[in-house]
Amino acid sequence: MRRVADPQQTIRARGEPMLWLCGGALATCLLMVAGLLLFVGWNGGATFWPRPLMAVALRDGSTLLGEVTRDDTYTPSAERLAELPDEWRTAATVAVQSRGGTAHRRLLRTGNTGDHFRWVDDFAVTAETRPELAVVIDRRASVEREAWGKWYGYLDALLLDGEPVATTPRDALARIAKEHPAAMQRNERIESLREHAIGRLADAEEEARLAIRRADLRHGANSPQHGLAQAAFDALRVEQVQARKAIDTELTALRTENERWQLRLRNADGRTEKLHLADVVRIHAPNDLSLAGQLSVYADRWWEFLTAAPRETNQEGGVWPAIFCTVLMTLLMSLLVVPFGVLAALYIREYAKAGILISAVRVAVNNLAGVPSIVFGVFGLGFFCYIIGGSIDSLFYPERLPNPTFGTGALIWASLTLALLTLPVVIVSTEEALAAVPSSMREGSYACGASKWQTIRRIVLPRAMPGLMTGVILAMARGAGEVAPLMLVGAVKLAPRLPFDGDAPFFHPSRSFMHLGFHIYDLGFQSQNSEANKPMVFTTTLLLIGVVLFLNVTAVWLRSRLRRRFVGAQF
Amino acid sequence: MAEPKRQIPRRMDMMQPTPRPLPASPPEQPRTGDRHTSGVLDAIARGERVESRIHEQVANEDPVLGIENFSLFYGPSKALHDVNLRVPRGKVTALIGPSGCGKSTLLRSINRLNDLIDNVRIAGDMKLNGDSIYGPRVDVIELRKRMGMVFQKSNPFPMSIYENVVYPLRIDGVRDRAMLDEVCERSLRGAALWDEVKDRLHASALRLSGGQQQRVCIARAIAAEPEVLLMDEPCSALDPIATGKIEDLIWELKGTYSVVLVTHNMQQAARCSDYTAFFYLGRLIEYGPTETIFTRPLTTETEDYVSGRFG
Ligand SMILES: Nc1ncnc2c1ncn2[C@@H]1O[C@H](COP(=O)(O)OP(=O)(O)OP(=O)(O)O)[C@@H](O)[C@H]1O
Ligand SMILES: [Mg+2]
Repeated sequence: MRRVADPQQTIRARGEPMLWLCGGALATCLLMVAGLLLFVGWNGGATFWPRPLMAVALRDGSTLLGEVTRDDTYTPSAERLAELPDEWRTAATVAVQSRGGTAHRRLLRTGNTGDHFRWVDDFAVTAETRPELAVVIDRRASVEREAWGKWYGYLDALLLDGEPVATTPRDALARIAKEHPAAMQRNERIESLREHAIGRLADAEEEARLAIRRADLRHGANSPQHGLAQAAFDALRVEQVQARKAIDTELTALRTENERWQLRLRNADGRTEKLHLADVVRIHAPNDLSLAGQLSVYADRWWEFLTAAPRETNQEGGVWPAIFCTVLMTLLMSLLVVPFGVLAALYIREYAKAGILISAVRVAVNNLAGVPSIVFGVFGLGFFCYIIGGSIDSLFYPERLPNPTFGTGALIWASLTLALLTLPVVIVSTEEALAAVPSSMREGSYACGASKWQTIRRIVLPRAMPGLMTGVILAMARGAGEVAPLMLVGAVKLAPRLPFDGDAPFFHPSRSFMHLGFHIYDLGFQSQNSEANKPMVFTTTLLLIGVVLFLNVTAVWLRSRLRRRFVGAQF
Repeated sequence: MAEPKRQIPRRMDMMQPTPRPLPASPPEQPRTGDRHTSGVLDAIARGERVESRIHEQVANEDPVLGIENFSLFYGPSKALHDVNLRVPRGKVTALIGPSGCGKSTLLRSINRLNDLIDNVRIAGDMKLNGDSIYGPRVDVIELRKRMGMVFQKSNPFPMSIYENVVYPLRIDGVRDRAMLDEVCERSLRGAALWDEVKDRLHASALRLSGGQQQRVCIARAIAAEPEVLLMDEPCSALDPIATGKIEDLIWELKGTYSVVLVTHNMQQAARCSDYTAFFYLGRLIEYGPTETIFTRPLTTETEDYVSGRFG
């Protein structure tokens, strides 16, 4: 009998609907991922673009200058309209009615402090211009002036010792471009003197003070060792007076030079104010910039963001320390988790006899992957920081107590905590990779007279290496993005020093550190200025994605090289 | 190996379609009363113990490997039933029998690879040159170093061809480059692969074709000059030319080495081996000189099997 195909049957048999279902699922996943990347990329990428400045004259007679950050359409309530002054309530009501009861408004950023974000209703605007020479200045906070961040207004003149040397805005901008680098260099020198030179003196003094404590603890307060240490300390103090004096002289000279240059500025209301050139981080007139100029400002801001240390409670400046520490911590974590995870998986898969105990261990390991990460943070704080770190302190650094050295959040404890957190990922994927090594290969090796360890080292591990790398990649991705446990075990808002620097012994695992994830949390949710920080939150998120992507791509590249070496076509 | 070579029938002959390739004894020839009449199958079906028919020529040979009353269980099921087999020194012994009759199992028992499988139980013993294989104080690793094995499915290691071949020396800690090079070349020539790979010895062995991979495994098995060479269908993935070369190799090895060869190819068994053992359902049915097994077997089952009427 000929088999007659039922049309319904063939569709199901050919699996067309399944094809569409699977393809659709994949497309949805891709769409979501692409959407996320686009959203973060767009918002984060736009932060540093110099936006045009807008001057708006309002019906109440005031003038605002700033950049438009957002706009929306809303329905103004009757009370809102009723509150308006009589002169223009009618005009506003008409405008609203003509739009079907809605109004359009824009959020204008007019500065960095005080009343710096203003919603401007379209119906309240009488005139609006783009003043060609309006400038935006990124300011640093200085000793005498608390205000920092963006400033919008007009540049009147550049003053040297109080006398104008350039009086038109364009001249002043050109002159500033010439003088600014020198001022920046002086600033850098001041920073370096304050941080390194003075810091080093303070360190030496602290070290000498600790030497006295150490002598006390070891030999008693009346011992000759105490006397020696005390004498060394006194000598150091005398020496340091000289050094301090030299530094102070240089600092004063630099500051005096910095104070000679000033900018005379006029804000949107016409009030004038003065600003030291040294407190200007960047000045430009966005409405006057060519595309190349805009690009150069954009690149300059990115460069600062990527390479500079943060300023003004992290809200300005760069995130270099956070990038560095994130990468360092992730690598340290991988370095810690891989040997442990691989050895544990080797034992479970290769040595242990299959049985209830091993199944229980396996279940436990899998469950460990589901434990909320904050639990690991609490454990890390309690066990690593307090118990292990505390013991290290009392054994090796008793003279510093009660100030903790290792007995508090530290890079090494954070790495260990994350290593613990990612251990299940590494164990499970390593185990799978080991299981995927064909038993015929092992048998071939045993048949050659190889021992178990020789077989593992020469055949099993190389062959499982790509799968093992997959585990490392997953662990790294998980570890680099984890924030909650880090807040407990060492991530801080502002780490004064990197855990890796020029001071012997160069690597300081006991230092606290900055982390991009924590930085995002801190910027977005811990500071009062959240509206102003929003763009930075996106930019930092974009950067975090970039860093994780970079780490993963490196690992994937490594894996593909290994795979090409160890797993060929079978036939 | 100055021993005169027997003329090995080339595989080319085989390419001609021959309905009955072997000179099995014609069925109409009158049978001697000595023969079993098809009782073996019934005996097995009844679960009775089946006595192996061992030709007396075997007893004259000096055994390199003695399998004594060997039984093996995979969990509850018995895969080998009281096998008694003396593998003569310096000769090629072929194991034949239908699929699933336990040839591979027996071969893997000889170098104790079955230890790796959970719930395998054995009874009886084997002796390699008089040393017990399953004795309590046997160093399995030393034991395996004395044998080479070629598996039914080729299993090259994930490393270069060179490293694959010298692997047995590497695990013994040999570092001498000249010696490794020499062993590599000799083994690859022996396995009829040298000319094909001599320019890419350091390329991955996993990129070779299936047949080339199998020959790498053969080269690896002979690299350490084992006392006994266990070959589990070494030619199943090879073309007639390579098969011919491997058969030449087996022929050459004989004398120096003792070879146990599992094969499904009756011609191969007839051409290469000195002795042939016929297995059926885990029992050794008949064991004797190849000539006799193929022309005047003692049991009808063997006769049916070698003449292709059975399977
Ligand atoms: N690991 C194992 N666990 C359980 N049973 C097994 C195992 N390996 C083999 N067997 C069984 O033992 C019997 C003998 O298998 P073996 O592989 O020795 O057959 P063979 O003679 O080599 O067959 P072939 O010619 O097809 O290779 C078969 O019935 C098989 O199902
Ligand atoms: Mg087999």
